[in-house]
Amino acid sequence: MELQRNAQAGTFESSDIMILIEPLKNKQGRKIEISSSVMLQYGDMLSELVNNILDKYEIENVHLIAKDKGALEPTIIARLETAITRALNQQKGTLL
Amino acid sequence: MKNAINREIPNKIKYIGELEPFMGAWEKLKKGWMDEISVPPPNKAKLPHQKKICATLKEAILKTNPQNGMTLTYHHHLRNGDDILVKAISILAELGIKDITLASSSLNESHDALLRYLEDGTITKIWSSGIRGELGKAISKGILKNPVVIHSHGGRVRAIHTGKIKPDLTIIPAAAADEEGNATGAHGKSAFGSIGYARIDARYAKQVIVVTDNLVDYPCIPIGIRQNFVDYVVEVNSIGDPTKIASGTTRITKSPMDLRIAKLAADVIEHSGLFIEGFSFQVGAGGASLAVAKFIREKMKHKNIKGSFMLGGITSYCVEMLNEGLFKTLFDVQSFDAEVSHSLLNNKRHIEIPAALYANPFNCGCMTNKLDVVALGALEIDTDFNVNVITGSEGNIRGASGGHSDTASGAQLTVVVCPSFRGRIPIVTKKVHTVVTPGESVHVLVTERGICVNPQYPDLEKRLNKAGIKTKKIEELEKEVDEIVGTAKPINFTDKIVGLIEYRDGTIIDVIRQVAEF
Repeated sequence: MELQRNAQAGTFESSDIMILIEPLKNKQGRKIEISSSVMLQYGDMLSELVNNILDKYEIENVHLIAKDKGALEPTIIARLETAITRALNQQKGTLL
Repeated sequence: MKNAINREIPNKIKYIGELEPFMGAWEKLKKGWMDEISVPPPNKAKLPHQKKICATLKEAILKTNPQNGMTLTYHHHLRNGDDILVKAISILAELGIKDITLASSSLNESHDALLRYLEDGTITKIWSSGIRGELGKAISKGILKNPVVIHSHGGRVRAIHTGKIKPDLTIIPAAAADEEGNATGAHGKSAFGSIGYARIDARYAKQVIVVTDNLVDYPCIPIGIRQNFVDYVVEVNSIGDPTKIASGTTRITKSPMDLRIAKLAADVIEHSGLFIEGFSFQVGAGGASLAVAKFIREKMKHKNIKGSFMLGGITSYCVEMLNEGLFKTLFDVQSFDAEVSHSLLNNKRHIEIPAALYANPFNCGCMTNKLDVVALGALEIDTDFNVNVITGSEGNIRGASGGHSDTASGAQLTVVVCPSFRGRIPIVTKKVHTVVTPGESVHVLVTERGICVNPQYPDLEKRLNKAGIKTKKIEELEKEVDEIVGTAKPINFTDKIVGLIEYRDGTIIDVIRQVAEF
């Protein structure tokens, strides 16, 4: 799917994750930047999860920044999906 | 060789010699005497009216005739506000002294600036009850050739008595002192309360320098450090940053989870059979552990129970409980905030105690032996109830052994309070990175997700269940946590040993290995 605009979801609080999304032009691919307070232990899992969710929404061209403070998996998925649906203009009441 | 809790311990470390493996929390003490000899403290002499005052710290240090390979000991009552240790080491470095053994009762973020002296060989060995900040990280990465030794507060006294730590020089910052070296932490602009950890240093160091920013007319009272052990006295502008020495009032946490854990812990204590008239009590200074005191205070008032004494690190919360008559006495080896200094100075039921009386295992009974209940925190706890309070989730040294194993071994009821996981890092785990306190001295674990009684204490579990408190197996809790956070990728370590964890009796309970670079 084509992303329509910039979007974000999440906070910088402990046990949460901040997701920032910027649409990229066709063929530019996925540019993913992940930082995490638990990079050593869960960095690989986190990166796999981000890609799986992007796959699920069939998003190929995106600049995604994830700043994780030790969020659990359901939290990460929820923040990712919220940011994506916001960027797709599928969710109302969204902050720019 | 393997020790009693199955941790691999080297037989020998070059600069320490043969190591004795941990054999059980009380095993070594059972026979009632110690085979280790007590080394004699030095004999000294001064002439009548001989002056001890030196104009600068450098002048005093020069008079002590510092040598390569010397041992400098120090106390950490100034906490994060300490300005003197870094200054002292920089003076020694300037004089070209190398290969110093630093034996401070603890090291924290205010000592980050020592890093360059570890790099350049000024300091090559460290004994401490805890190491935090940049030093902890650098040591974990292997900056020192020799492993650091982490001891407990009680164990430090034993290590000095038995000559494992041989203090050549001690520098004792004090909030007030007189020209003969009588000194205290209880008053002055840099008041830090009890000076209990420094008493053993004053007794055993070949040279003793008292440093103060508050030189008072003779005599300085109360006499925490006594003049008959002091060689030199130095007045400086400041011994540290008072806002970081005494952090105002230690407040009870507002974190709902910590409060929940503390409430559950207080319920456990109430129904343990030990919550009776005349009981004694200790809590840690932070998070859920201090909050336990809040709920115990309410329960004591509600049930009209009066306790005997509170022990250890004293916060203003303990002072309030003393003033309300809930406890008869505070025994204070270390004071945590400004209010405490005031009470220590003015209330005769608030008593400064040296570390030896607090927790040394090699004597006729330290006060931790008389404890009924202690509530302690944890960085990690495993399914054998072993507790880690020294290494963080990335394997780095970032905590302190402190009085953890001393109080756990002494108390009739040791309650460990901690969340089951913290920012996706499991706290309840199959195997802790580093054991500081052995599981056999921990009676019960209280988390937000369940209460687990050590199966070695089935009577306690029965008693709690009878009172309607639900418990679960720690293995079940561990599995639950693992399912929530997902199994973490293990941290890689090399074979190099960067730290030894001494149990309070001097045996080695665990080692810390170098964190592998990746």
